[in-house]
Amino acid sequence: MSVEADTKPIIEFYNVSYRLPAGQALLNNLNFAVPRGETLVLIGRSGAGKTTTLKLINRLLEPTGGEVHIEGRSTISWDPIELRRRIGYVIQEAGLFPHFTVEQNVSLVPRLEHWSEKRIGSRVEELLALVGLEPRKFLSRYPHELSGGERQRVGVARALAADPQILLMDEPFGALDPLTRGEVRREFHDLEQRLEKAIVIVTHDISEALLLGTRIGLVEAGELRGIYSPREFVHATEPAAVAYVAQLRVLEEAERTSR
Amino acid sequence: MNLAQFFVRHGGEILQATLEHIWLVGLTMFLAIVVGVPLGILVTRRPWLSKPILGSANVAETIPSLALFGFLLPIPWLGDRADRLAVVALTLYALLPIIRNTAAGIDGVDRAVREAARGMGMTELQILVQVELPLSLSTVIAGIRVATVLTIGVATIAAAVGAGGLGEFIFRGLAMVNDQLILAGAIPAAVLALGADFLLGMLERRLRPAR
Repeated sequence: MSVEADTKPIIEFYNVSYRLPAGQALLNNLNFAVPRGETLVLIGRSGAGKTTTLKLINRLLEPTGGEVHIEGRSTISWDPIELRRRIGYVIQEAGLFPHFTVEQNVSLVPRLEHWSEKRIGSRVEELLALVGLEPRKFLSRYPHELSGGERQRVGVARALAADPQILLMDEPFGALDPLTRGEVRREFHDLEQRLEKAIVIVTHDISEALLLGTRIGLVEAGELRGIYSPREFVHATEPAAVAYVAQLRVLEEAERTSR
Repeated sequence: MNLAQFFVRHGGEILQATLEHIWLVGLTMFLAIVVGVPLGILVTRRPWLSKPILGSANVAETIPSLALFGFLLPIPWLGDRADRLAVVALTLYALLPIIRNTAAGIDGVDRAVREAARGMGMTELQILVQVELPLSLSTVIAGIRVATVLTIGVATIAAAVGAGGLGEFIFRGLAMVNDQLILAGAIPAAVLALGADFLLGMLERRLRPAR
């Protein structure tokens, strides 16, 4: 693999640990890097430390040991507000502002960054089209007037608004019903290949991890047990990985017999 | 002379007292909002202040109103003027519902929304002004509504220290055992309270965020 400036990791974890003020360790000695164009999916049980890992990237939390580097600089040397505005963030249930229209939600970060109204307007339309929502129809709607899938798409559009190099997604499709989830996920899969960003997705859904991840990180009890390509993950011997893959086989089996 | 004739004959005085009453209540609510809303916000930012602040407001609330007017009377600057004294005492009464509702409204904002706001790089002030306050506005108004109705009632007692308002008629009526005089104070006060309750209730419903 050629080492161009472009493939230099945008996110780097060096021996990162995080413990609560009371002393309980949530993360132990994490090491990984995510370059542009790569999607790292962190998979693991609830409470394994996946969300904590995400929050260390946009400095919603600060490491208690080691360093997290974004674009080559430790997160604690960044101004947290500036750092977060350069990072797209999508959370479960989208976290859209209920008192903002779709247009206001999507344009939030550009507005905070004082873009001109003209530039904001064209950017919002472009983004809605990108996530498959017809701008004319959706611009002036409020989140409660949208379906779950539409809300999630708006959440993705909002995260991408200021064209961040990094996109963080915390169980982005977790709250959707299975059919919508599959749909939105496939759309996002098409989208992510065009985006050329460093993406980190947290999930506990193995099929999501295999579909969206260029690499899959297995998080267990605050430790990164391994990073695999989707193909490697399916054949990994790590017990937790085996358990996830077995779950997948059960699904396939059920699908086959129900046909 | 029946009640209607009484109201017509003394219309000017009743109107005068009603305006005094509205002035007392209006000034009180202005002060209570200016002090109470920031205190409510402070409570959500510094949870350890919650007990002392809400506790003090609670204590003020439990002191019988007549006694509170009495307690404040000897305080130098306050006791100089009756309306000044009345407004301060009434403000102390009105604070609790406003502080409590402001804090409850902000605490009630969806965690996911706050988390998203922080994660996208909004400053604490931007989160407060653009997200938390708009989303808790209807709860804050509900507190103001409770406080206003309460103040309209308690303000009648301010007449006991000479602050004027509709309480004048009530106290005079009580002293002279004159029902019409009592009603000349009680009816406008009740109408004011109902009106304020209705208008603020409407505002509260309009500002309630859609779900």
